[in-house]
Amino acid sequence: MNDAAVSEDAPRINYLTNGFSVKSWLLSVDHKRIGILYLIAMTCFFALGAVAAGLFRLELATAEADVLANDTYNKLFTAHGIIMVFFFLIPAVPGVLGNFLVPIMIGAKDVAFPRLNLASWYIYMAGGLTTLGAIMLGGIDTGWTFYTPYSSVYADSNVIMAGTGVFITGFSSILTGLNFIVTIHKMRAPGMTWMRLPLFIWAQYATSIINVLGTPVLAITLLLVVFERGLGFGIFDPARGGDPVLYQHLFWFYSHPAVYIMILPGFGVVSEVIACFSRKRIYGYEFVAFSSLAIAGIGFFVWGHHMFVSSQSEYAALIFSALTFLVGIPTAIKIFNWTATLYKGSVVLSAPMLYTLGFIGLFLVGGMTGLFLATMATNVHLTDTYFVVAHFHYVMVGGMMMAWLAGLHFWWPKMFGKLYNEFWAKVGAAVIFFGFNFTFFPQFIAGNMGMPRRYHVYDLDYQPFQMLSTAGAFLMGTGLLICLITLVMSLITGKKCGRNPFHATGLEWNKADSPPDTHNFTEPVNVDVEAYDYTDERIYRDA
Amino acid sequence: MSHATSDHAHKPYQQHHFESMQQQTQSTLLGIWLFMAQEILFFGGLFAAYTIYRILHPAAWEAGAASQNLLLGTINTIVLIGSSLSIVLAVHAARHADKAKVLKFFSLTLFLGLVFFGIKYVEYSAKWDHHMIPGIRWDDHHALHTLQQHAHAGQHLEELPSGIQLYYSLYFVMTGMHALHMIIGFGLAFWIMAKTAKGCFNEEYYPHIEYFGIYWHFVDVVWIFLFPLLYLV
Repeated sequence: MNDAAVSEDAPRINYLTNGFSVKSWLLSVDHKRIGILYLIAMTCFFALGAVAAGLFRLELATAEADVLANDTYNKLFTAHGIIMVFFFLIPAVPGVLGNFLVPIMIGAKDVAFPRLNLASWYIYMAGGLTTLGAIMLGGIDTGWTFYTPYSSVYADSNVIMAGTGVFITGFSSILTGLNFIVTIHKMRAPGMTWMRLPLFIWAQYATSIINVLGTPVLAITLLLVVFERGLGFGIFDPARGGDPVLYQHLFWFYSHPAVYIMILPGFGVVSEVIACFSRKRIYGYEFVAFSSLAIAGIGFFVWGHHMFVSSQSEYAALIFSALTFLVGIPTAIKIFNWTATLYKGSVVLSAPMLYTLGFIGLFLVGGMTGLFLATMATNVHLTDTYFVVAHFHYVMVGGMMMAWLAGLHFWWPKMFGKLYNEFWAKVGAAVIFFGFNFTFFPQFIAGNMGMPRRYHVYDLDYQPFQMLSTAGAFLMGTGLLICLITLVMSLITGKKCGRNPFHATGLEWNKADSPPDTHNFTEPVNVDVEAYDYTDERIYRDA
Repeated sequence: MSHATSDHAHKPYQQHHFESMQQQTQSTLLGIWLFMAQEILFFGGLFAAYTIYRILHPAAWEAGAASQNLLLGTINTIVLIGSSLSIVLAVHAARHADKAKVLKFFSLTLFLGLVFFGIKYVEYSAKWDHHMIPGIRWDDHHALHTLQQHAHAGQHLEELPSGIQLYYSLYFVMTGMHALHMIIGFGLAFWIMAKTAKGCFNEEYYPHIEYFGIYWHFVDVVWIFLFPLLYLV
């Protein structure tokens, strides 16, 4: 071990300075560069999805239709849903942070299949641009769920093209998942046992399993819709004996586990950030690790709770309801263990930590309101109301987006070797947190009062809630802009940082430079410490 | 890892990010099997739809299966099993670095694949002639006539059974997806044959050939399920 002796003054070639041409990026098989490619593409998709949301939130501020025509409104909320779910939430953490960190965290030079990894990005882009094309060339108005028979027969919009785009992108998730599973199984450095893996890796592993096993079912389902619409096959057509409810079953067989595809990587981020800024080992490491696998497993058997008011058998609904309560247990285990980690920790309220604490609060609300929806009696009252909208935004945005931003801020110095302005990063986190609550909390109340989702003209009684929601959305947008500017500015004016500015544990902080070398490590990696050993004084060396 | 030392003299075909040949081989093999797992789920959606609609519309399934050409289906099953056998022989030849034999058996596999497609063409065009392609070329009168002609003894068809178009929709989607996998297999086979001819493989390094075998067997197994489900039941 001679890591302390490495010179810090001579700027050695790292993954960012290893070639500057466009080609050196677009044809790079370096997992870190591919991660950055995802970051750029995904940020653009996120911005588009956010603009769509901004437009229809403006419309919803008043009870009358004054900004958008009804058709445009339908197309905008569909565009928002499809872009955010398939091109931001699902690929965000695995595509950017997973790609960047999985090999480094386990002490490997790259993922198991680097060329396949680059192909995954191109597949993601091909799918994304196809769907974007569908949205630009007239749009799609089915909602992100593509429910039949509306999507297959009645909708007068670009269902085929949008569906094809999502179909294509699915293979990017499948191949990335496959790549990560093989990488985690086969590429770990000597000494990196399963029980020494960072919890981020466990989360990526569980996510990848769902990606590989769930996504193909969505692929074939969307293909059936495309065939039905394009060729006139009658798989889901009631007139020919087909059953639209079968579509819902197949769709949610993927799309409920997809919720865990989105949130599990976020759980991984949160575990890393909490441990670092509490200066403590994660309480109950094994429970947090295995609860990820439990969520991945049980998550495959709860899809029917999206269909309580379809014609699904009530006995099936009963079982789905019970299983949905069951999946709450491993999720609660995580929340309890994170809270227990904070207990008597030396908590540092840095920007990533603010996002993470925000995550815990918001995700808790999202998770608890999920139980209202898992209960059949209350579900019937709340189905298709704003309560559902608020619930899943608390999980997806309050949970996943906050975790994503926590992770981005946490590993930003590692990715680019620059520190951001801590004050403005914290301001961004706070504004996003308050903006988010103003946006979505009123929707719980409006939904419970009975306001249905997906209407742009509504009863005057709901107007105060919707107005608050719109104001909150623009506040949240401001927060996101602050966050974006802070991070971009750090690239230009940010102070250079050493290997481990947060004094965190983990190979990425202690064995790799900031930004890392093209081959990740400059010396052979041997792991001789347990995960999250914050008593190890070696982590205080290279700040 | 501990086994790294023995292998550390890098073989030309070892990629630089792997520590050893063994690590590379194990990784790619695990990758292929995971890919097969997602393939099973992909077809799994279709089998789920098949199962549910079959339970809902048993008469349509009976009439539909009876209308298939059992002889051609059987021949095709044998042809595909033959192509799988030929791939096994190709893998065996690769193990002994017998380039000529590898190319010979790959060609045989491709030839049998083409025979399969030829027979499938005859079957599909019969459906076309009888107006039995839902959405594209369907006619109730023609379809009923054809079904009556092929109905099993004791099965009386006064009118089209409910869900008959579902049977044919699934027939075309399932056999079509299977055929698509065969076409992809053709492309892979040509690529691997070119690599073989160039001498990229030797007796200890022929993963492409082995993995193609796994893929081709999978495609074959899908047909082994499709044949009884669509023709025999």
